[in-house]
Amino acid sequence: MNILDVNNVHKQYSNHKAVNGVTFSVPAGCIFGLLGPNGAGKTSLIRIITGITQADEGTVSLDGGQLDHRHPSKIGYMPEERGLYKQMKVGEHLIYLARLKGMSKADAEKELAYWLDKFGISDWRKKKVQELSKGMQQKIQFISTVIHKPRLLILDEPFSGLDPINANLIQEEIFELKSKGTSIILSTHRMEQVEEICEYMVMINQGENVLNGSVKEVKEQFKEHLFRIRFKGELPNYHHEGIQIIEQKANEMTIKVTDDQYSNQYLGKLIEHGVFIDSFEEILPTVNEIFIKVVEDSKTTA
Amino acid sequence: MEKLLLIIKREYLSRVKKKSFILATILTPLAIGIFFIVVGFVMTYQGEEHRNVAVIDATNILGDSLNLKEGKGLTFVKVPGPVGEYKEKEGFDAVLELPPITDLSSKDYRVNYYSSEGVMGIGIIEKIESDIERNIYTYKAGKYGFNQDSLNSLKTSVTLDRKKAKEDDEEVSTTASLIATGIGGAMGFIMYFAVFLYGMMVMRSVMEEKTNRIVEVMVSSVKPFHLMMGKIVGVGLVGLTQVAIWGILIPLILGASTLVFNIDPQAIQSANTQMSGVDMAEMSKMEKEVGLFIAELMNQNWLLIIPLFIVYFLGGYLMYSSLFAAVGSAMGDDAGESQSLTLPITLPVIMAFYIMFAVVQNPNSSLATWSSMVPFFSPIVMPARLAFEPAWWEIALSVAILIASVAFFVWLSGRIYRVGILMYGKKVTFKELGKWIFYRD
Repeated sequence: MNILDVNNVHKQYSNHKAVNGVTFSVPAGCIFGLLGPNGAGKTSLIRIITGITQADEGTVSLDGGQLDHRHPSKIGYMPEERGLYKQMKVGEHLIYLARLKGMSKADAEKELAYWLDKFGISDWRKKKVQELSKGMQQKIQFISTVIHKPRLLILDEPFSGLDPINANLIQEEIFELKSKGTSIILSTHRMEQVEEICEYMVMINQGENVLNGSVKEVKEQFKEHLFRIRFKGELPNYHHEGIQIIEQKANEMTIKVTDDQYSNQYLGKLIEHGVFIDSFEEILPTVNEIFIKVVEDSKTTA
Repeated sequence: MEKLLLIIKREYLSRVKKKSFILATILTPLAIGIFFIVVGFVMTYQGEEHRNVAVIDATNILGDSLNLKEGKGLTFVKVPGPVGEYKEKEGFDAVLELPPITDLSSKDYRVNYYSSEGVMGIGIIEKIESDIERNIYTYKAGKYGFNQDSLNSLKTSVTLDRKKAKEDDEEVSTTASLIATGIGGAMGFIMYFAVFLYGMMVMRSVMEEKTNRIVEVMVSSVKPFHLMMGKIVGVGLVGLTQVAIWGILIPLILGASTLVFNIDPQAIQSANTQMSGVDMAEMSKMEKEVGLFIAELMNQNWLLIIPLFIVYFLGGYLMYSSLFAAVGSAMGDDAGESQSLTLPITLPVIMAFYIMFAVVQNPNSSLATWSSMVPFFSPIVMPARLAFEPAWWEIALSVAILIASVAFFVWLSGRIYRVGILMYGKKVTFKELGKWIFYRD
């Protein structure tokens, strides 16, 4: 079951194509990475999903149904460029935003109390937003995004401007929301976070999706059949079919295989030769490497 | 609709609860009250200095009873002279010497005022001069053998009395013209003031939301058009609240200040007339006119004027504030940029203001008729004309054009606004704004 299906979406601004036939699906209850270099069309795409703008072509369906006027209450969106009304009090502000998402006053009050208590900031309720530090405001911003219990959460660079402690706090909240069944789309430049947090990903470049699938699949797709072997002892002076030694140090080497089965054979030969194996592992590309490779490739083809 | 109400409520309450709003709303009437108290005090100020003036009037120009009004701390005592004896005499501060009038036809007369004080206050000089002038008038009249009563009757006050030309013509007095001019000017001014003050408030608020980046959060929950309309209506209600409070407080404070400080508006009036040299006969004419004035004021067709004023107020405010919102959405923090973008909106408001002055003078001119049809001008020009009773078809056409224009400009502004609020870091030109109108959602 998918929470979100984006199907062949196009969006044209006066003289450039911001989104050009993007298709992907977000499985329900997962954390989904939306990646892409600056200006790739991520924000345009998010604005279409959140209903801020409409696609010229293609369809977006949420929870199996076409986007309609009810769907803002199902989506929580934290834009990259975010802000709050500085003059408003924290409590008033959060209730205002919750009610704009269609919550009743009583429900909003209840959720507000829950979240303020959860973050240990109940005494901020009567404070004006401008009296809070930037990190504190980010927490309020996060609460404002989740207070109406959205089915789909879209977070654009949620960790930017956060200190490590607060970043960690938000990350834990994301995991907790996921465990409660919320689906989360995470748009970010920080690839190590995608690796750490996301199960699925789509990568957009120049308005098109260039990669799509589970993080594991994508990594498999881009693997270069590299293995790292840590060992003790002398290597045999012997060339194995299908094996290329990329790098060799005293106790470590990197090999490239043309076929995965050769790695096992080679390992057998080494053991046979009396080499003591400390570790043997496949080197999978990081999302970061894949990202750079894809973006660079598209530049050369373009 | 429910969301729109929420936005209106927030926009309204967040402003009304602000200290600056409360201060401005209460302090403005207070300031006006204080202004009137100060003016009243200054106008009736007598000065605490006291002067005993010895008056030497050998030819009895001032008469035996010494026909000089006391005031401004002056006390006059008639003495026989000569001058030298009183110049330094104990108990006298100055000596006023009136030389004999030898030539009755001479229009120049010099009075000597001996005093040790430095530069004299202008008030005292004017008072003494005008007092003596008045006495000389009577004195010369007596010398010529004129009768004082017939002299008084020489001064005639003329009032143009407007009569019906045909049987079915309407009965109107010329005072009505005066009243209409007053009402018209006041209404035009209120409109001008409201459009600028509250239109600008909408624009600043839109800019603030954009630079604050709250707007993207907002439009993920509500339609940009609702956000814009909520703001316009909310600020409009703030304006109505403020104007209503002023409408109650200002007369109240003025009334209270006249009571508490015992300042008689008539005293201010007579202080004014004294300076401009209007005499008592004209005062009584003015009093009569005040009566006529009030009668005419009651006689106005308020049942027509007030609802129409509200229609033009709402129309003008909606049209201009939506345009201000559109321009605000297109702007960044650059103040210079905002100047060039707001000019095309402020220009028609200012033009309308000047047209309004011309129209009040000639309420049935072709300028008046045509400018009442132009939606940019009509909200300011037409209220100014209402008291002059323009033809009903003019009002109907003008209101129809205004309503259509409001619908059009609110729609147009909404189109620009929805693109503008999400557009950052771009230098905006009018050509660009034009393109935004045709962007698809």
